Amino acid sequence: MGYLISRKAADQLFEKLSESHDIFAPKCFPGEGCFSDTDIIRYGQVRSLAEIEFEHRSDYSFKEALLAIHETLFYFTEDTTSVPACMDRRLLIFLRSCDLHALKRLDAIYLHNGPEDFYYKRLREKADFVLMGCEKTCDTGFCASMGTNRADQYDLYLKLNQNTVLIDCPSKSLRALINTSDAGVCEVTPDYVTENEEKVTLPENLSVESFDHPVWEAYGSRCIGCGRCNFVCPTCACFTMQDIIYQDNARVGERRRVWASCQVDGYTDIAGGGSFRKKQSERMRFKVMHKIYDFEKRFGYPMCVGCGRCDAVCPEYISYANLINELAKEEQP
Amino acid sequence: MGLDINTKKAKKNAYRISKVRGESAARIRVPGGCLKAGILGMVQEIAEKYGNGTVHLTTRQGFEIEGIRLEDIDAINEMLQPIIELLDINQTDPGTGYPASGTRNVSACIGNNVCPFANYNTAEFAKKVEKAVFPNDLHFKIAFTGCPNDCAKVRMHDFGIIGMTMPQYDPSRCVACQACIKGCRSLSVNALRLENYKVVRDTEKCIGCGVCVTKCPTRAFTRSPKKYYKLTLMGRTGKKNPRLGEDFLIWTDEDSIVKIILNTYRFVKEYIDPNAPGGKEHIGYIIDRTGFAEYKKWALEGVELLPETQIRECVYWSGIHFD
Repeated sequence: MGYLISRKAADQLFEKLSESHDIFAPKCFPGEGCFSDTDIIRYGQVRSLAEIEFEHRSDYSFKEALLAIHETLFYFTEDTTSVPACMDRRLLIFLRSCDLHALKRLDAIYLHNGPEDFYYKRLREKADFVLMGCEKTCDTGFCASMGTNRADQYDLYLKLNQNTVLIDCPSKSLRALINTSDAGVCEVTPDYVTENEEKVTLPENLSVESFDHPVWEAYGSRCIGCGRCNFVCPTCACFTMQDIIYQDNARVGERRRVWASCQVDGYTDIAGGGSFRKKQSERMRFKVMHKIYDFEKRFGYPMCVGCGRCDAVCPEYISYANLINELAKEEQP
Repeated sequence: MGLDINTKKAKKNAYRISKVRGESAARIRVPGGCLKAGILGMVQEIAEKYGNGTVHLTTRQGFEIEGIRLEDIDAINEMLQPIIELLDINQTDPGTGYPASGTRNVSACIGNNVCPFANYNTAEFAKKVEKAVFPNDLHFKIAFTGCPNDCAKVRMHDFGIIGMTMPQYDPSRCVACQACIKGCRSLSVNALRLENYKVVRDTEKCIGCGVCVTKCPTRAFTRSPKKYYKLTLMGRTGKKNPRLGEDFLIWTDEDSIVKIILNTYRFVKEYIDPNAPGGKEHIGYIIDRTGFAEYKKWALEGVELLPETQIRECVYWSGIHFD
C-alpha cells in the first residue's frame, strides 16, 4: 500500500524528516571531478529533494555515509582515552537497490563476522534507508546478473514525477510523518531493471587453483594500483589505522581508522618490512577472489553487487565485469 | 604584361609573397586551433581551384594554401568569406579577406576539451582574445596552453597563458594513499609531503598544475572553482636574442590578461621604432629599450589584480645573444 502525494507535500515530508534526520543522498558536486570542468556525483548532506541526483548512478557509493572515509576512534592523553560521541540525530540515506544489497554485505562484515563493530553498529542503528528506483539500467551495472536489481528492505521509497511523488513506506515511524490527508492511496512498486547491457556470468568452480589463471597477469599488468575501484565500491570495507600525535603536544593524540585499498601500496605491509602481495596481478586476484569467492564461502552469497562503479571509474579501462566473464568462459565445456 | 601588385597590401591581407615569381600563399587564421571539420573541405576547394593542391599546416595552427597566383587574390577572398564567418573572425569589409596579418593567429594546445591535464578550455579563451585584439597590424604573438607542461610552447611567445588550478584539499576525504605526493614528485615539482598522515602543500613551490587533483582517487583534492593562469611575457625566437618568456603574473585571471594585452598595444604604438622594417618590431625589443618598469606601468593601467595574484615586480630575461 502506497501513496500519491503532490511534490509540495513531498517537500514538506522532506522538511519533517530533516527535523529528526541528517539526510545523505547522492548529489552533484560541480567541477569536483577528476578533470577540469567535470562534475562528480557522490554522497553529501542534502537539504532539499531538488538537491538529490535521481537520474545518474553516483560515482562513489553510499558507504561513506555509514563508514566515514576517516573516523576518529578515540583520543588519548597520558593515562586516559575517550571515545568521540556518536551523532544524536538519526540518519536517512537515499540509495539504489544495488547499494541496499551492499548494505547487507557491510552488515555481514561489521556485525556478523565475529565481534560486532562498535562504531559501525552505533551509527547503523540510527540509520533509515530510502530506496531510489531505477527506471533504466546504468551503463556498466550488472545488478540483474547478481540478483541485486530488486530490494525490499527499505524504510521508504520515493519516486519523483513531474508534479507528484509516489511513496511506499514500510517503516511505521516514518509513515507517521506523511501527511495523508490529501494523499491518494495506491499500489506502489519500486522501479527496477530486469536486464542490463552488461551481463556477467560468475565462474562456478573457483578454487585455490584459480590462482594460476593467466587472467590475473593480463589485467594486473594494466593496473596502476590507484585504488579507485575499492574506494567507489559499496562493499569494500577495509580500513587501516593511523595513530596521530598532535604536533603541539606529543603526549596527546588520536587513533583514526581510514579507508584502505588492497590495490594500493602498503596494504599488506607488516612490521619488519615484509609485504605479501607486491605485484598488481596478485592484488587484482585477491580483490576479485574476495568479491566472488572467499566472501561467498563464508556468508553464502557473493560480495559483489554488480553496481558497476569500479568499471566506470578505472582510469586504465580495466573491466572487472569482463575479467569475471573471462574466468567463467574457461569453465565452458 | 608585368604583374602590378601592391605587396604591402597583399601581405596585410594575409597573403605571403612567394619565392616563385607571381605566386603567393593564402593564410587562414584558426584561433585556438579549433575548427569545424567542414572548413577543411572549403580549404581543400580553394587549394584545388586556385592553388597547387597543397596546404601547409602552419606552426601557428593556421592553413597556408600554397601556389596560388597573386592575381587571384580577389577571387580567393570571396571563397574565404564563409571560412572567416564560420571562425567568427572580426572583419571590416565582407568579401575582402583578412583585414590584417600583423597580430598573428592566437594559438592553443588542445585544452580541456580533450586533455586530462588541461586546466581550462584553451580554444575558448584564445577565441576571446582573438575577438579582443584582431584586426591589428602590430606584430603580436599570443598562445595558450592548458597546464605547465606547456605543449603549446607559449614561453616562446610575447604572451604565454598557462592554465593553473588552486588545489583544494579536504583532509576528511584523504586516505593517505600518497598518489598525489608520488604524482607531484614524478610529474611535477615535488610540492607535497605527508605529515601526520595528511598532505601538506608547499604553496611556495606549487605551480598549480593540477596533477594532485587528477591523481586523487577519493576527491580529497579537487580543483578551485575559480580558474587561474600564469602569464609569461616576451618569449621569442629570431636572429638577435631568442629567449623564453618569463613569469609576470602567477594566479591571475582572464580579465587581467585581456586588459594587459590590450594595454600592450597602446604601449607598442607609443614606443615602436618608427623606422622598424615593415612596421614590425618584436615587443620584447621595445621593452628592452624602454625598460621593464615603463612597460609595467602601461601594462597594468586599469588592471585590478586578484588579491591572490603574485606579481613579479622586476622581470629579467636571458636567452642567447647573437647581437
